[in-house]
Amino acid sequence: MYNRKIRGPLIEGNKTLGQITEDVINPMDVSPGMWWFLAFGLASAAAVFGAYCIYITVYKGIGTWGVNNSVAWGWAIVNFVWWIGIGHAGTAFSIFLLILRQRWRTSINRAAEAMTVFAVISAALFPALHMGRIWLAFYIFPYPNTRGPLWVNFNSPLFWDFTAITAYLLISVSFWYLGMLPDLATIRDKTISKIRKTLYGFFSLGWTGSSRHWIRYESLSFVLGGIAAVLVVSVHSIVATDFAVGIEPGWHSTIFPPFFVVGAIFSGFAMVMTLMVIIRKVYKLTDYITDNHMDAIARILIFISLIMGTAYLTEVFVAWYSGNEYEMFTFFRNRITGDYKIQFWGMVVCNALIPQLFWFKKMRRNWMGLLFVSLSINVGMWLERFNIVITSLTKDFLPSNWVSYTPTVIDIGVFAGTVGLFGVGVLLFMRYIPMMAISELKGVAHIGSKIED
Amino acid sequence: MKKNRKDQEEFDGLIPFNDENSEASNDDQILELLGSDFVRRGTSRRDFLKVLGFSFASAAVLASCKRPVLNALPYVVQPPEITPGKALYYASSYFDGHEYSGILVKTRDGRPIKIEGNSLCSFNKEGTTARVQASVLSLYDDTRLKSPSEDGNQVSWDSIDAKIIAGLAEINSQGGGIVLLTSSILSPSTIRLINEFGGRFRNFKWVQYDAISYSAILQANDICFGKPVIPDYHFENASVVVSVNADFLGTWIAPVHFIPGYAARRKLDNGEKDMVKHIHFESGMSLTGANADIRKKIRPSEEKILLVDLYNKIADKTGAEKFPGIPFKEDLADLADKLIASKGKSIVVSGTNNVEIQIIVNGINNLLDSYTECIDLNNNLNIASGIDSKMDGLVNDLNNGNVKALLMYNVNPVYDYPDANKFLTGLKSTELTVNMSDRMNETVGECKYECPVNHFLELWDDAEIIPGQLTLSQPCISPIFDTRQFQDSLLKWSGNTMVYHDYLIANWQKSYYPSSGFSDSGKFWNTVLGNGVYSYKVTAGKPLSFQKEGLIKAFKAPAVVHAEGFEVDITESVSLGTGMHSNNPWLMELPDPVSRQCWENVAAISKSDAEKLNLQTGSLVKLAEGLILPAFIQPGQAEGTISAALGYGHTNSGPVCNNVGVNLYPFIKISNGNRLFNFDTDKVENTLKQTKLALSQEHYSMEGRPIVRETVLSEYRNNPSSGNELHEEFEKSHDTLYPDVKYDGFHWGVSIDLNSCVGCNACVIACQAENNIPVVGKDEVIRKRIMHWIKIDRYYSDTPDDPKVYFQPLACQHCDNAPCENVCPVSATNHSSEGLNQMTYNRCVGTKYCINNCPYRVRRFNWYRYTNNKAFDFNSASDLGKMVLNPDVTVRERGVVEKCSLCVQRIQEKKLQAKLENRTIADYEIKTACMQACPSEAIVFGNLNDEKSKVSKLYADPRRYNLLEELHTLPSIGYLTKVRNDEKLNT
Repeated sequence: MYNRKIRGPLIEGNKTLGQITEDVINPMDVSPGMWWFLAFGLASAAAVFGAYCIYITVYKGIGTWGVNNSVAWGWAIVNFVWWIGIGHAGTAFSIFLLILRQRWRTSINRAAEAMTVFAVISAALFPALHMGRIWLAFYIFPYPNTRGPLWVNFNSPLFWDFTAITAYLLISVSFWYLGMLPDLATIRDKTISKIRKTLYGFFSLGWTGSSRHWIRYESLSFVLGGIAAVLVVSVHSIVATDFAVGIEPGWHSTIFPPFFVVGAIFSGFAMVMTLMVIIRKVYKLTDYITDNHMDAIARILIFISLIMGTAYLTEVFVAWYSGNEYEMFTFFRNRITGDYKIQFWGMVVCNALIPQLFWFKKMRRNWMGLLFVSLSINVGMWLERFNIVITSLTKDFLPSNWVSYTPTVIDIGVFAGTVGLFGVGVLLFMRYIPMMAISELKGVAHIGSKIED
Repeated sequence: MKKNRKDQEEFDGLIPFNDENSEASNDDQILELLGSDFVRRGTSRRDFLKVLGFSFASAAVLASCKRPVLNALPYVVQPPEITPGKALYYASSYFDGHEYSGILVKTRDGRPIKIEGNSLCSFNKEGTTARVQASVLSLYDDTRLKSPSEDGNQVSWDSIDAKIIAGLAEINSQGGGIVLLTSSILSPSTIRLINEFGGRFRNFKWVQYDAISYSAILQANDICFGKPVIPDYHFENASVVVSVNADFLGTWIAPVHFIPGYAARRKLDNGEKDMVKHIHFESGMSLTGANADIRKKIRPSEEKILLVDLYNKIADKTGAEKFPGIPFKEDLADLADKLIASKGKSIVVSGTNNVEIQIIVNGINNLLDSYTECIDLNNNLNIASGIDSKMDGLVNDLNNGNVKALLMYNVNPVYDYPDANKFLTGLKSTELTVNMSDRMNETVGECKYECPVNHFLELWDDAEIIPGQLTLSQPCISPIFDTRQFQDSLLKWSGNTMVYHDYLIANWQKSYYPSSGFSDSGKFWNTVLGNGVYSYKVTAGKPLSFQKEGLIKAFKAPAVVHAEGFEVDITESVSLGTGMHSNNPWLMELPDPVSRQCWENVAAISKSDAEKLNLQTGSLVKLAEGLILPAFIQPGQAEGTISAALGYGHTNSGPVCNNVGVNLYPFIKISNGNRLFNFDTDKVENTLKQTKLALSQEHYSMEGRPIVRETVLSEYRNNPSSGNELHEEFEKSHDTLYPDVKYDGFHWGVSIDLNSCVGCNACVIACQAENNIPVVGKDEVIRKRIMHWIKIDRYYSDTPDDPKVYFQPLACQHCDNAPCENVCPVSATNHSSEGLNQMTYNRCVGTKYCINNCPYRVRRFNWYRYTNNKAFDFNSASDLGKMVLNPDVTVRERGVVEKCSLCVQRIQEKKLQAKLENRTIADYEIKTACMQACPSEAIVFGNLNDEKSKVSKLYADPRRYNLLEELHTLPSIGYLTKVRNDEKLNT
């Protein structure tokens, strides 16, 4: 067929169905290489340091961070928005590519969804930690209470934020976990270890693979997918309202919700790419995650990168066009030329310029190139959040309140800790959970395999 | 104290409640307020069971909790005048040897917690200064001396008295010199007592010593008029003020007395169309220079040239005799014309301690007829009596062995005498040395006997600041430690069995009662004590004539020659003064009004000099041997000069101030017997080291934003809303989809007059004292976490060489459309029905969104636990220091946001009182702490719904605008434009 000739096979190497199962489950049966233990050690060390920094934060107070009475939100919120953005990838992969009938997603979506879960958990740590009185965090829950009853402020974007993140976390965890049921059952059936059998047996929720199970499984996936599709858009739109509802120059902007959603997908896809480049390299899964897959992600990235570039230009243009002197100052004298020009231009270069390398086929098919671009997008997206959150706060309306912001060791430690936590999660995922949806892979196993004729 | 309470209330208008009310039972009042719903009903079986169940449950819960140990004890016999929860005010006076104010002391449950100005005291009215406001905290200072000691060992008063009496008797029998060294004393009873005490000895001398002295003014007036006094300066009568290095709004003589007069001549809201013209010459940027209409930079060595030239120019035009002198670098003819044009209504002052210059200043004032209305030598200020040469003589006598006994009271020469080592050597060789200080300082421990004295809130005294104007001091708490007031010690050592309280009363009965017109001496005393003030008519002395001889000599004296290099100007700091209050954490953390920097003294240097030496703000610069200070690039600093403040660099005055900054007293030079507060140095060098300064404001330009709006007087006369054109424009654009907010009862608002606010910082400390605001320390200030609810922003415009300065008090704007309110996820901040933006601390979880969304950034976060935390070992870490806390204001926990509440506790108190008395609240009845402390009455609080209230009238003034009004936040704080008495508008 026409499109088969253009796209190559989705899975290379003419695998049999049995081989697919073997290939996916194999990493869980054999001992991982030294690199795994090394990486796990590093990630755990970062996570432990992060835990120590969190302990200091909670024990002593947020004073241990670099925030102050002008810049009340610092690295914590930057990291939160960044992680939430990354946390978009999995669901976006599953849902948007499903809607767009991109069946190549099957070999990637499981890992992407796992990444979502760990990223959202990392993200959710920050809003909790940056509360002055974390022990009263439950005040933000809307439930009939004995405090009056005092209700939350439904006008506050932070409350919307809380609801959106909670909903997103619940849905993405369910989506990821329930999607794994057939594969967990496969491992249960194949493994000879008693402990594994019991554990995987428990977590596969009695999956037998009967048609009835499959029918329910499909309809559940459909329902959850439908909800998640909405949430992907809503979560980051709502995170964007944290800023857009604010009065600060550089925040108070209607472009933010779509801008944030696109940015989130951008950083999420970049993170997926980073992980995939590594996974296919170390696990030699190039037959499943083919060069064509990477090529497709790269093309998506270049497209989004153009949107991002346009958004940056639009922001600057609107600041100028509005004639609002506070906006003008924030964009032209604080971001583009001022104290934060490195962060601003770093963002532009990393997000709008470097991804343009993907116009070259060589870059799209070279793992070094892919890794370089995807990492720079991740850095760029972090800088973008830094630009939005911090530069606006440092110099806003009254010059008497202008300050500069520097993070402390604790700030950096908490961030490193979440990176470690994310790493630990991903490494454990690689080791104990099938990295690809076996059943779905089998569904696409023979697409495009007769390319030669 | 107590026995006089009752009688006092009968006469005293100051106590905010009268006996009739306090007799009515509190319970009845509360029941009445609760209304008819609150009726007692019979107990049903169900109710009984409910109560039973609740009691069991709560008993079980409470029994399982660890309860904090509380040390509050109830009264066994409650004094009749004390109602727990109600404040009592006692009239008293503040005098620390350097600064004076008539005050009211607010006590709660027997603890003084706040100081206000005494409106009956004409000297300062209700105004106070930051130092006066902060003095209540010094009462609860852990470094206060707690008992008498001999050679560092604690002893009893009886034994120390016996030894001192015996020692004095022995020295007296040999005819040895006995010297009493005190700070300036303005108490007539104490002066009488000292004279009586001295009369018992054959060879007694009383020396008054001021660390920062006005010796030259005293001497110049002695030479010119035969009267060694500091005159009273009536700025309220002046049309032109020329000041040469005299910081009369910040530190010079009595700012609290001068600010009201000066500010009155800058107010335009009362229909006044004229303003005082203020021309200022100085080296460093002082608070007064910052307020001047025209400010010129001079080096300290140019002072005399300037004044001689000015004298000659005026003499030339008035036909008086001229003296030889070189012309000043600028043409002063214009200035002379201005002064002559307002002859009789002009004041020329100089801050120098050089007698010749002060004589020339007197000469100029004499030519200008200033001694008629503006400068009053008869009703002079008794504030400082120290003559520098007398102290120098004493130090020589100590070293020569001419003095056998030295008694010291309220002085700290080891810290603040320029040649401290010489003083110490002399002190060590003296036979009998007694020190009377109320707290730890460098001199404590150097004497044989330490006889600690009471804090000024624990003692009886009187004060005569201006002849005929007296105030009393009364104890507002019994002495916290085993201390005894200085006068009681003197009485004891004179063998007098009287206590000073009785001595004081006896003196007043003798000296003032007969001419008071009272028929009953008890009534006289109680009235005076209740009011705190008493005045009698002083028979006007014969008009003083100006003696020319001194002037001729002064002109002949060689002019100060300026050597190569820098001239260092040693200044008094607005917050710390002489340095005797340096251990007060409130003052230590009070940013300097001009540099906005605290916790250190700095070397203020001009931008061009800093560039030459390659210095940045924070670079450590060496000014002289042993004097390394962080540089601070000060716009408006005269080239070739460096300014640095006194009061820092303590070594033994307490944990707050020890080793903070550098002590500049040793660098004061003595010339012609007077201490000169400047020195030359050619050794200024960059040490290439860097330090971080605790700056509470880093950016000094307004960036062209309409933050402080200003105009000049001529423009203002044409159009009162000049400079404020934007206001009208923004008013038109307040369109909204939402219904307008309506306030049925009160709508509280504040008006701040930027023209009469001089930036003195009194409001900052008043607010800190009223609202239990914690001190956070230098590191936290560097991190921009200073907690002050009201701060005074300072902006510069024009060039760094010749800037114009603006002050703008900034607190919560209580916006009717507050951006902070809708973003709080837990509704911890919300709007009251009276227009207040309120914080509910126990609801706040600390998301800090409100801080970000406040365009004024007036919200403060409790980054750490600032109470009971040894990491923040200031007043709120110790039990004693916490006694100053205002029980009406919650102490905030770590992790919550706080901000200005417009003193809601004061609003509620007065509202409740008015409700009980079934009346409406009068204008000015409720005063916020900042308003009450403001000596220039620049802050006015009131009800915006009441058209007759002062604040409503100020709101209707064409000069009024709201800060950032284009954001449609609709603030309840209005500002009045600044009007400079200058010809041209700066762009």
